[in-house]
Amino acid sequence: MVDAFFVGVAILTIGAAILALESKELIYGAIALAISMLGIAGFFLLLDSPFVAMFQITVYVGAVAVLVIFTVMLVRTQDLFTVKDDKGRKLGGIILMLLIMGGIGAIFLVSGINNPMFGKPDSKPVEIVEIGKSMLTYYSPALIVLALTLAGAVIGALALARREGLLKENESAN
Amino acid sequence: MNQLIDFVFVSVILVSIGIYGLVVKRNAVRLIFSIEIIANAANLNLIAFSRYIHNVEGQVFALFSIAIAAAEVAVALGIIIIAYRLYKQIDVEEFRSLKG
Repeated sequence: MVDAFFVGVAILTIGAAILALESKELIYGAIALAISMLGIAGFFLLLDSPFVAMFQITVYVGAVAVLVIFTVMLVRTQDLFTVKDDKGRKLGGIILMLLIMGGIGAIFLVSGINNPMFGKPDSKPVEIVEIGKSMLTYYSPALIVLALTLAGAVIGALALARREGLLKENESAN
Repeated sequence: MNQLIDFVFVSVILVSIGIYGLVVKRNAVRLIFSIEIIANAANLNLIAFSRYIHNVEGQVFALFSIAIAAAEVAVALGIIIIAYRLYKQIDVEEFRSLKG
């Protein structure tokens, strides 16, 4: 028994995910990916987790989508259309997708998750205060390591993308 | 009222779409899209279980997972840009040599 909002968000999320992979132009794919992430944020709102939903919108729709769109704009667009999908591999991929979907779906259908006990959520949702307490007490080492990882990754990505001399080195090597 | 299994089914469908993209696509940016779709399906599962069994850790781990995914995208796009400079294309089947 699902409500109309759930069905709408599910169609938006899954349709945008398919469009992200199958759209002709890569830039439309990037925008479709952002819409799909927005749909996931809608699911988070539906699950009474507004804080994670806002984080999702900030990071994915705000940062990741813009990063991907800028990369697509930096890479020359003509080269992107020369990549053609192999027909046989595409068929194999679709069969694999349906197998995984049916297999894992069947496992979940017969598993205990389908139990009516899980039918209705706990009466009161998790509070934001609890998330903050848990992050700053028990998981504070993980938070610090995460901050260092993020800083390292961003600095590494900048250093990687800014190596000016690399092109000349490669040309002289050839 | 939505049940837990509905969210899990949406997550399973998203994971299968992501695996399809990883198997079929040769464009490096589309592979990143696939990885992002799979990571988001995992986050959806974490939040759904956290809601239905009333557990704070699910949301905390989802926040960590979103942050890690953002870092991963930054590094992956840097690698794609440098690979494009070297090979003049972003077809992953052409990235054959590790020399750089």
